[in-house]
Amino acid sequence: MAHENQESGAERDLLLALDSITKRFGDLIANKDVSLELHSGEIVALLGENGAGKTTLMNILFGHYVADEGAVTVRSRSGALEVLEPGAPHAALDAGIGMVHQHFTLAENLSGLENIVLGTESLWAGRFSRSKARAKLKKLMETSGLEVDLDVRVSRLAVGERQRVEILKALYRDARILVLDEPTAVLTPQESESLFATIKKLAAQGLGIIFISHKMVEVLGHSDRVAVLRSGEIVADLETSICNRQMLADLMVGHSVETVQRTPGNPGKPFLRLQEVCAGEGREALDHVSLSLRRGEIIGLAGVSGNGQATLQKLISGLQTVTSGSITLEGKPLPAKASAAIKQGVARIPEDRHHDGIVGSLSVASNLVIEEIRRPAYQRFGLLRYGAIKRRAEAAIKAYDIRCPGPRARARLLSGGNIQKIVLARTLDQHPALVLAAQPSRGLDVGATADVHRRLLEARDRGAGVLLISEDLDELFQLSDRIAVIHRGHLSAPVPTEALDKSAVGLMMAGLEPKKEEAA
Amino acid sequence: MEYVDILTSASFWAAAIRIATPLIFGVLGALICERAGVLNLGIEGIFVVGAMTGWMAVWIGADLWTGVAVAAGCGAVFGLLHGILTVPLGLSQHVSGLGITLFATAVSYFTYRTALPNVSSPPRIEAFQPLDVPGLSDLPFIGPALFQQTPMTFLALALVLMVGFVLYRTPLGLAIRAVGDNPAAVEAQGLSVYGLRIGAVMVGSALMALGGAFLTMSAFDAFFFGMINGRGWICIALVVFASWRPGKALLGAVLFGAFDAFQIRLQNEVGGAIPSQVFLMIPYVLSIVALVIVARKADYPRALLQPYFRGQR
Repeated sequence: MAHENQESGAERDLLLALDSITKRFGDLIANKDVSLELHSGEIVALLGENGAGKTTLMNILFGHYVADEGAVTVRSRSGALEVLEPGAPHAALDAGIGMVHQHFTLAENLSGLENIVLGTESLWAGRFSRSKARAKLKKLMETSGLEVDLDVRVSRLAVGERQRVEILKALYRDARILVLDEPTAVLTPQESESLFATIKKLAAQGLGIIFISHKMVEVLGHSDRVAVLRSGEIVADLETSICNRQMLADLMVGHSVETVQRTPGNPGKPFLRLQEVCAGEGREALDHVSLSLRRGEIIGLAGVSGNGQATLQKLISGLQTVTSGSITLEGKPLPAKASAAIKQGVARIPEDRHHDGIVGSLSVASNLVIEEIRRPAYQRFGLLRYGAIKRRAEAAIKAYDIRCPGPRARARLLSGGNIQKIVLARTLDQHPALVLAAQPSRGLDVGATADVHRRLLEARDRGAGVLLISEDLDELFQLSDRIAVIHRGHLSAPVPTEALDKSAVGLMMAGLEPKKEEAA
Repeated sequence: MEYVDILTSASFWAAAIRIATPLIFGVLGALICERAGVLNLGIEGIFVVGAMTGWMAVWIGADLWTGVAVAAGCGAVFGLLHGILTVPLGLSQHVSGLGITLFATAVSYFTYRTALPNVSSPPRIEAFQPLDVPGLSDLPFIGPALFQQTPMTFLALALVLMVGFVLYRTPLGLAIRAVGDNPAAVEAQGLSVYGLRIGAVMVGSALMALGGAFLTMSAFDAFFFGMINGRGWICIALVVFASWRPGKALLGAVLFGAFDAFQIRLQNEVGGAIPSQVFLMIPYVLSIVALVIVARKADYPRALLQPYFRGQR
């Protein structure tokens, strides 16, 4: 076994052992001979890039998948080590394994309490009694520090609150092993900190915790041990105290990674102006937003999703109209028509690249030319010029290193990183004046992220203005010349990145005033 | 004014509730299926199955309540078929449902014709009689309107309460509501998505079949081809009108029944001048209007129409 028990008596504290797990999906080997141990009171980080097999491994543990080879051993409630029945979530639950999935498994039409008690009592029982569950949960909330209103419908809860419901769900079932799949992906920096505080508290109570991540910072900051998964194999299983960032990055990717360095830009004249723009409704409403973007500059818009970014994207993409205020591009009003926005040189890199970035059932080639299909280069007398389209696609596949079976492959079959490359090739090769990039590296691995970052900087250096909408502070600080924060539809004035620090921006993202400035 | 007389007459409300009864069964059935995330367009055919099998059982010699049980059982069988096709196999719920309707209708007609090859007028059975509740039936207005209905109408009203209770007050109902919103939530809590969904579709289909059985065993006393006449489809619309709530489902069904009873009486009042088809249209037109008003804000079960496959993300 890869991991050596370092302390005496560790055998007694062993909670969970994955033993030589192998899982194949057709030709793809998702997990290869993976072994991992978890002890009571221990926090293990499972680190790896997208597609490294982290989630697959945890889904095997929880019984969503059945491993082709290998077994999972759990210390049962009676204290003996027992082999877990494969492919049975209820067996995993009974053995004390609780899982917080990356995509929350909550029924939104039910309250938090109802989600928590779901499945904990016999379906054939008559009326359920809530008072006992309530009392137990009250105690759990006190000991874990997870506060949430349990009687509100989940659909009305914010993301962070939903996650707390998920964790309480596991604790309510007396989980002794807690698995969290990319728990911070949807949280603000402050929420992440409080999550890790909770995790530490739970570990101190004797739970064993595995959290999946691809963020080095949180792995280094909050785990006792790191297991690095690469291409389905455990390539390292180390004490966190002896690790550093570069070493983990190299282990994760398998070769050394260079991060993209921003060079000082050479900004020109302002060309995109938003003046007192109001639009949208509800959580996504914009409230008197003003901004001016210069050519050759990247403005980062920091903010937690759902604070008006969606409306802003739609406005600039030409999919929505303002209710008041104005948006001008090169002095001309930006029409609320997507085709006109493209014609005026707006490159759109949408947040949901699978849904809005491509037409999944069309080929890679079609997706590459879809914005320019009316140009004579690609059509004549209303008929498509397949030769030209194919040549364009082959050139783009080469230039952007799009990994696909060929120009005729269906776009939806590609990985997220390669889909993003299609979007980049399609939009940036038109030499846009304005690049609207929303969460451009979300869900991408280190390599693909570096690629996206490099392309955005290239576009800037060619003289394009870039609006970078992101939740990722590292990304924002790495790329932006100036940063503005959006919260509840209000946009702060952009400040040069050099004059900012991450924690202040994090506070502003959560709607808090970072420092000084007493109320007038 | 004669319209007011119509609306305040006990016989009008008695008719409205009688017309509403099969719809109450059907809309409750459709509601259970959809709450679990499965649209059951087999409803129209399952109505036919219930109407035919319930009647046939009694005609052969079973007593009336056995006939009701037979109808429910046959409905559940077609529900099982729809459930298997749409839940573990994940086929299109629209296609499977329409297929079930065509298949169930055809099988019912075929069985009827095979069993009775040479009859010209449909044979009659001794149908349910209005239940005379001592005391209550003699109340003015309410007595004749509510308490001169057949036992199946009371069954339908009782089922509204039961379905409401199960959905909102029991662990089973909680699981059904959850599986229609997010099956992954149910799976993550160790429950069987397939079991819950198939079970819900079977129970829902059994109720639909009762709607059909009411027609041949209570409203009429014989089975005719084409007698369901779109009642199933009305139920599908009524579920949306009801926002998937049993109480509102009852309201919707009675409202439709009232429209229908009203148009029959209106025909008698002002018949002749206006073609009768115009009157026949009224309940449907009003249903559409009601749907437009209510359903624009409809809060569909989030997982409706979406098949669930284990382990898929």
